This record gives sequence, C-alpha cells and structure tokens, in this order.
Amino acid sequence: MNAFRLANRLVPRTMGAMRSSSRILGTTNAIRHLSVPATQTTPAPLDQLGSVDHEYESTRVDRVAEPDRRAFTYLMLSSVQFVYASAARLLVVKLVASMAPSAEVLALAFGEFDLSALEVGKTIMVDWRGKPIYIRRRSAAEIEKESQVQLDHLRDQEADSDRTIKPEFLVVVGICPHLGCVPLPNAGDFGGFFCPCHGSHYDVSGRIRMGPAPLNLEVPPYKFISDTTVLIG
Amino acid sequence: LSLTFMNSSHNRITSSPLINLPSGIVRPSFSLSSLLLQLQISLKSLLPVNLPRLNKAYFFALIDSHIIHYPTPITLTYAWSFGSLAGICLVIQMVSGIFLSMHYAPNVDLAFSSVEYIMRDIKNGWLIRYVHANGASMFFIVVYSHICRGLYYGSYMEPREWLWVSGVILFFLMMGTAFTGYVLPWGQMSFWGATVITSMVTVIPVVGSAIVEWLWGGYTIKNPTLNRFFVIHFLLPFFIAGFTLIHLALLHKVGSNSPIGSDTGVDDVPFYPYYASKDLFALSCFLVFFATFVFYFPNVLNHPDNCIPADPFETPRHVVPEWYFLAYYAILRGIPHKTGGIIAMFGSIAVLFLIPFINSSEIRNTTYRPIFKFFFGYSLLISLF
Repeated sequence: MNAFRLANRLVPRTMGAMRSSSRILGTTNAIRHLSVPATQTTPAPLDQLGSVDHEYESTRVDRVAEPDRRAFTYLMLSSVQFVYASAARLLVVKLVASMAPSAEVLALAFGEFDLSALEVGKTIMVDWRGKPIYIRRRSAAEIEKESQVQLDHLRDQEADSDRTIKPEFLVVVGICPHLGCVPLPNAGDFGGFFCPCHGSHYDVSGRIRMGPAPLNLEVPPYKFISDTTVLIG
Repeated sequence: LSLTFMNSSHNRITSSPLINLPSGIVRPSFSLSSLLLQLQISLKSLLPVNLPRLNKAYFFALIDSHIIHYPTPITLTYAWSFGSLAGICLVIQMVSGIFLSMHYAPNVDLAFSSVEYIMRDIKNGWLIRYVHANGASMFFIVVYSHICRGLYYGSYMEPREWLWVSGVILFFLMMGTAFTGYVLPWGQMSFWGATVITSMVTVIPVVGSAIVEWLWGGYTIKNPTLNRFFVIHFLLPFFIAGFTLIHLALLHKVGSNSPIGSDTGVDDVPFYPYYASKDLFALSCFLVFFATFVFYFPNVLNHPDNCIPADPFETPRHVVPEWYFLAYYAILRGIPHKTGGIIAMFGSIAVLFLIPFINSSEIRNTTYRPIFKFFFGYSLLISLF
C-alpha cells in the first residue's frame, strides 16, 4: 500500500491548498474526485485504507479451515531446508576431510624391511612413518634373561613374550616415552637402550628399568611376511 | 519533475531501529506510536524472537537495523541479488583458498607439482581446487552483472557517487587478486601472463626497468616473484572484505536504487524476510550454475597450456589471460603502440571512476532514456562480438 497515497487521504485539505497542489501536479479535474468533504473531521482508520503489515495477517492461511495448504507449505519448506542442511554438512565434511593424511602419506604408512643381514646382538634403526624404529637381533641367552625378569620389578608390567612375535627380533619405536628423545641402542645398565636426555635405562626387551620414563618403549604394529622380512604398519 | 518529499537527510538508519517511515510526508493527525506498536506486534510473528527485547542491546539493534528491518524498496528485481551473491562468492573463494594454501608450496620447483598433489592425493583436493578456480570465473560473472545493473539503472548517479567509486576500487582489488592468483599454479600461461603484465611497468620512462626489476625481485620472474605474488594473493581478499564493509555502509546511508528510480522510500519493505528469501533463492540458482561448471565442465574456462609446467625459455603460441580479462587484453593489442596500448587498457577501466562525475542526465533509469537505451544496448551487443 502506497503510504504517500495513504497519508494524503488522511488529512483533510482546504480548497486553497487543493488548487495550488493541483496547479503543481497539473491534475485540476482529477483532484476533485479525490477531495475530502469539508464536513469530515475525523480521519479514516488506517487499516481500512491499506495494510500496515503488508497484508501478512490477512493473507495468512487458516490452520483450522485449510489444513492441507499449511501442510503443503511445511512440506516444501522442510524439504528445501533439508537440502540446505545437507549442503552445509557436505561443505564441512569435505573441507575437514581434506586436512586428513593424503594418499601420499598413507602410501608411506607401511614399511617393509629385510633383516637377513642383521647379526646377533646388533641393532639397526629404520624410518617408519617418520619415526625411528629399532630392530634388535637377540641371542638365546638374552631372551632367557628377559623372560626371567619378575614383573613386580617393572614400572610398566609387560612380559617379554607379549612384546615380540618372534623372540629373536625386538621391534620397538625409538622414542623415549618420557619427553621424546631418541635413546641410544646397546647402552645403559641393563644392556638395552639408554636415553641420554634424562637418563632412562631400558632392558633388552625395551622395558623401562631405571629413570624417569613412565612406560616401556612402544611396540609398533608389525608382522613377519617371511622369516627375515618384517612389515611394520 | 523533482520529487522532494524526503525533507530530512538521506540518512536511512535513524536512531530508532524500527521501520523507517517516510518522514517528509504530511503526518496523520492521530498518534504515531499506536501505529508503530501495531506494526511491531504484527511483524513479531515474522521472527522467532522477542522483538522489543532484541533491540535493547546496541549490537543486536545494529544488526537489526541493517539486516532485519532495513527498509528496502519493494520493486527490486533479481538484478539486485548480484550484490549479495558477490559477497558470498568472496566467502567461497576465501574458504577454498585457505584450504588450498594448506597444501600449496609457493616455490618454483614445487608449485606445479604441489597443485597436482592437491588434485590427486589430498582427499577432496580436486573439489577444492575446481571450486577455487571456477569460483574466480563465477565471481567475475556476478560482478560484471552487478556493474551492468549499476550502469543500466543509474545507480552511480547522485546521491550514490561514492558508493560507485568504492565499487570500482573493489573491482581493481579483485582484478589484482585474480591476476596474482593465476600465477600461482606456475603453468605456462601463469608464467607468461605474469611476464607480459609486469613488463608493462617498463613503459614508465627513466625508472621503468628499475621498477620492474624491483617488482620481480630479480632479472626475470623467478622464485622471489612467486613468493610475493602468493603473499599478495592471500592478503588482497582481506582488503576486499574491508572495502565491502565500506561499500555496504555507503549503500545503507542512502538506500538501494530501484528499477522504478524513485528515491522517496514510500514503498519499502523490511529486508528480512523478503529480500533475505529472494537472495537465498538467487544463491540457490547461482550454486546450480556454479556446480555445473565444477562437476561437469571444470576445465572449460581454463587454458590447456596452463597444464604445462612453466618454461622461461619458450613462450606459448597463444598467450591469453583468463576470459574475464580478454576485453582489456583486446584493447591492449588493438593499439599498435606500446605506451598507447597500455594507457588505453588501464584507461578503459579507470574511466569507470569518472562515470558519476561526467554524467549529464537528470533521469536516473535507462528505461526512461530511449536514446541512451539504444546506445547502451548497441554497445553491449558490439562488445559481445
């Protein structure tokens, strides 16, 4: 509803004002039809001349009288809102997933290492997922000694048989569980590993025996695909 | 015929956050507050919040007066949706760009392969890359339509001259962003397009070649150039975002133009829900159009030569910029004189700044200017062929 026309019809105009305004607008004849009689002093109610809420209430569907119309509108709206919601979900999922490890990183998730050249008593270090892995070939005497250790003496109680698949080969992650330094192999008071950063001593099974480390050296997931080839990951 | 019913200033956002009734009109003789109360109560049903409570806090009153109850002419067509669409395009580009820059390497040895790495190895990397590349083209389509609307309906005329100027500044920032962004994949077109455009600086007498070597960070376009172009490309969108706020502030000072051209504000409706829903529908249509390119024709707007790694010793046969720069490139090549061509090219964009100030027509809308309308359509037709 044009508020200008609305306001014009509300205010009673004098004859003089009408004539001067009609001169400006150039509609002398037309204005007589719109003129308000001099006897009318109260302005007409606003809602009879137009709609203050842009006819929202008057065009509103009556829920009781026409239930199907409202149901149809709700059906349309809810289905479109479902599409919007799924678009938003898709956006978030796709963008968040893009930050996950890429195919290149996942391809390097497994490492195959040949241990045929490893001599008894020696330790090698390999790179798996960017982490140092120690693989030690143990002698029968060392395996026997580790199995004799009483679990009560250990901070992190794990039997040696639980930490190896083939007792001859020890595969552990070479990162000290204390604060992340790389321990030195074939060192320390227990013949295993020694972390120079804060003095953690590990035995030949990679278990913490002395020092501040809270846990044993981590055993990564691995399996032997042949007698001398190990697949880590 | 000059309509001067708005006796008060052109400031549409007054201290009252409610509907801005035309103030210059002869007022009815009964109380206005009862009318406003009636208005509030009936409009309350449109929002699921307690309206009077909403306007007590300054922050909500600000949002309310600019986005919810902001008075917008009832006659706006879908040509007016391009503005909000451009804002959304900016957001799309920024989000996709940020996720791309997590995996991109701005080094001449790694750039091209890092883009291929994104396309192949990163999860959904192909999607993000295609969204960003085609999003740039979509951004330009939307902005060109927005400019066309402004030219046709005379939205640059009084009192919106500075609004238009802020828009042209935004356009320049956008072109800078697009140019630096296209260099980043380090393909043949990237490299040679960058060479051609940055070499234009040599047209400056005396200091030209010194400036271009400073710009390049070397004697040719190499790693330093790529590094700084990456930084510029990352930085400019934030300037665009800031200028967008200025652009909106200048718009809200005087209000939107309309297809009818009258500025009286007598036929205004609240922005929410009418234009919020209209813009949302326009966005849906735009996204369908966008998705068609991203999912079905992702490389049709791209040049195949950009899939060849950059070679500083071999220029491709047909060095062309992306489609949205072709008009200016044609102007550059159309003038067989180096300085003349460059001046003509930049001049053709800079002339946009002058339009509000050289305008001599008292009629705003092209619909009511038959001679101008003919030439407007004619030049549009010419520019397409």
